[in-house]
Amino acid sequence: MAHLDAGSLDRQTALADLRGTLLGGLRKALAHRTYGGDAFLEDVVQDALLRIMERLSQFQGRSRFTTWAMSISIRVAMSQLRRLHWKDVSLDEVTTARVSDKEASLDVQSEREAILAAMQEVIRTGLTEKQRLALLAELRGMPQDEIARHLGSNRNAIYKLTHDARKRLKQGLEALGFTGDDIGAAISG
Amino acid sequence: MSLSKEEINELVRLVSLTNDEEIDCERCLSLVAEFAERKLAGHSIPAELAAVAHHLSICAECSEEYALLLQMMNG
Repeated sequence: MAHLDAGSLDRQTALADLRGTLLGGLRKALAHRTYGGDAFLEDVVQDALLRIMERLSQFQGRSRFTTWAMSISIRVAMSQLRRLHWKDVSLDEVTTARVSDKEASLDVQSEREAILAAMQEVIRTGLTEKQRLALLAELRGMPQDEIARHLGSNRNAIYKLTHDARKRLKQGLEALGFTGDDIGAAISG
Repeated sequence: MSLSKEEINELVRLVSLTNDEEIDCERCLSLVAEFAERKLAGHSIPAELAAVAHHLSICAECSEEYALLLQMMNG
């Protein structure tokens, strides 16, 4: 890692080594996915190296440097792949897709069904429109980066938005008399 | 907002896991390398990294990236 410092004589060699490690690793990790081949990987690694250099001072040595660099390169690669996959899909398309009556109908015959019905009610009355949109898009598989792009935000802010929504839902269910245990039991029911 | 049963089930799962304090994706990225190395080595996860495990159980994208990191490390 020291060789990557701006003043190091070995900087170019260290960068080339890291580039090779990331290229080889990403090629294997993404082997079963559809992507734009080596040209895509070259671009990803170039972007990843820039980010790694920008964040070099944040590396605290709590893992191997290569592992840390790999984690950043994967973030870059997956963000780009998700962007390509979702680029022509609007937030509207995802969030307004209708659920069939059969799928949506809830038969309130058990504690579990009662919780699920209460959840629908808290979603309707306890969340903001933006929270509902983000939560629904996320439940339907839209990546947070993409939700952020449509809402003019960023991934961290979307995580906070949906985290706040989940907290409100939890509080709303608790206010209706459902405990954490009830909610947990609903999953296995 | 109309949800399918599968979507409601996933939402119930997420709500049941919700903590008042959670780390975001950027914080997860800064800690996930150490978390992955400890996991692969079979070492215990210290309390300060428990938030990473929790975030991975909630965040589909970070979870997907973590699985790829493990593949990359094993490669």
